[in-house]
Amino acid sequence: MDLLSNLSLGFATAFTLQNLLYCFIGCVLGTLIGVLPGLGPIATIAMLLPATYALPPIAALIMLAGIYYGAQYGGSTTAILINIPGESSSVVTAIDGYQMARKGRAGVALFTAGVGSFFAGCVATLVLAAFAAPLSELAFKFGPAEYFSLMVLGLIGAVVLASGSLIKAIAMIVLGLLMGLVGTDVNSGTSRYAFDIPQLTDGLGFVVVAMGVFGFAEIMANLEQKEHRETFLSKVTNLWPKKEDFKRMVGPILRGTLLGSILGILPGGGAALASFGAYSLEKKVSKYGHEFGKGAIEGVAAPESANNAAAQTSFIPLLTLGIPPNAVMALMVGAMTIHNIQPGPQVMTSNPALFWGLIASMWIGNFMLIILNLPMIGVWVKLLTIPYRHMYPAILVFCCIGVYSVNNTVFDIYLTAIYGIIGYVFMKFKCEAPPLLLGFVLGPMMEENFRRALLLSRGDFSVFVTRPLSGCLLAAALFLVFIVMIPAFKKTREEAFVED
Amino acid sequence: MKIRNKPDFAAGLMFIAFGAFFAILARGYQMGTAAKMGSGYFPFWLGVVLCLLGLFVLVRSLASSSEEDGLAAWDWKSVLWVTGSVVLFAILLQYIGVVLSIMVLVFVSAMASHEFHWKQTLINAIILIGIAYAAFVWFLKLQFPVWPPFLTN
Repeated sequence: MDLLSNLSLGFATAFTLQNLLYCFIGCVLGTLIGVLPGLGPIATIAMLLPATYALPPIAALIMLAGIYYGAQYGGSTTAILINIPGESSSVVTAIDGYQMARKGRAGVALFTAGVGSFFAGCVATLVLAAFAAPLSELAFKFGPAEYFSLMVLGLIGAVVLASGSLIKAIAMIVLGLLMGLVGTDVNSGTSRYAFDIPQLTDGLGFVVVAMGVFGFAEIMANLEQKEHRETFLSKVTNLWPKKEDFKRMVGPILRGTLLGSILGILPGGGAALASFGAYSLEKKVSKYGHEFGKGAIEGVAAPESANNAAAQTSFIPLLTLGIPPNAVMALMVGAMTIHNIQPGPQVMTSNPALFWGLIASMWIGNFMLIILNLPMIGVWVKLLTIPYRHMYPAILVFCCIGVYSVNNTVFDIYLTAIYGIIGYVFMKFKCEAPPLLLGFVLGPMMEENFRRALLLSRGDFSVFVTRPLSGCLLAAALFLVFIVMIPAFKKTREEAFVED
Repeated sequence: MKIRNKPDFAAGLMFIAFGAFFAILARGYQMGTAAKMGSGYFPFWLGVVLCLLGLFVLVRSLASSSEEDGLAAWDWKSVLWVTGSVVLFAILLQYIGVVLSIMVLVFVSAMASHEFHWKQTLINAIILIGIAYAAFVWFLKLQFPVWPPFLTN
């Protein structure tokens, strides 16, 4: 069967010493930043992008992917042990996980999180492998109008399913789109918004924007707060759950995996949304619903499975259609471009070793992670004792060096500093940054497709709605916007993000 | 007329400013027609859309239905220390090389924290220099001026 032969190619590619090493590095780094609050996959991937120049493309992508799904594993450790979610997707895990820790069941909670994550990761990778080919087929029917509408849907989906003010998020997307247009216009060769500064002729560079807005701004915001936290670091023993725990775990893990796999594919979906959704679903469905919030094991199993499943399946739109469904995937687009790989349906056919090698490495990565996480919990937790005052200069050092190494110019560092201030301003004005990054990455692509679509239709705007596929996509986007406006849904959306 | 939602009001102003900036500058580029778009077409209309969105956010922040919200306090100190340390790093890099620049960066940025200790910061800086050197210069072979030029020449 085709799938089997592809998978064997993938495993052959993934099992080289070099790729295994980078998979391991990615997983370790991912777990590390998952455990550490204040440093997330977006900033880390942005920081490491320049470092991957020297690596072969497959190794680079394997490592970066490992960071992303590894962070989902690590985030649960801190969520359970000290009620500080290391990742936004672990926020929900902290609710019941921390309560379990207070009752002396931290070990069981950690075990549940690990097993649920592993199962979900494996299943979701299978989904990825199975769906890749059919989706790519579909993608070949896409013309520029369809791509444009798909990107619109993706961007709208990204804000609709997120929390916070919808209008402001859309404005952030538009702002991101505009920033993405800085530089030389490919079509006409005109230099736009570059003010005769030579370093800007190639655009702003998403490493600069990402590190500034997500790295520097985050540090500035963190320095404002001074808090003290209660921790359960010393008492983590007794990992193995009781029989009853096992029985209660099964359902939530399965449901979480299913929900997470679906939500990961959707534009705007991703690990955080999946974990929230799974928690809410499980609370309604489980017969132990009343225990949620006080240490129900389902409250850990479901979101943890969901967030890992979503982290894997969010690669699907990227690898098959070339459209990033969330900000992290937007960075992966950047990584692929750096290595001269055009993300899109042709990646599967022109670069099968890369494609299937990446998928195979995800399995390997999940396996490495379960080994890393369970026995090594003590080590990770020790790292949490490093005070932030030492952590953030380290982050600054890596960011600065990373940014410099992209173009070997200090101008980029100045730009990143400016973006740090801009990012801080965004935070104060309660504007969310991820939509900006998404818009930034998609800006040039959207313009190109927009232009081409209108060129082909000779200036006729109705082409976006008269072509059936494009029309459906735009209708779906509109539909999403309307749903959010309806007061009933508005309340549910706000409730889902404000835990009682 | 009371500004009920201050962050939204400020955000609205910011969006209008950005939108106007991009749209006005776009006028300077070729607009072209829809069928044959010039380089100014897309940015101009995006800028207009951004202005409108900003206006909407602004007006809504004045409405009686929006929630009351105040602007959080700005921590200028942190912003200046962090930005300053980074800018200093950038300026010094070519003159004193990456090793010493990292030292400066770590110290200046660490001073932003209210829990600053000299010795600990020094140890932190040395460890970071070690890691950075090993990872970036030795392992990844990136090109940097490592030591000050007057020492190596």
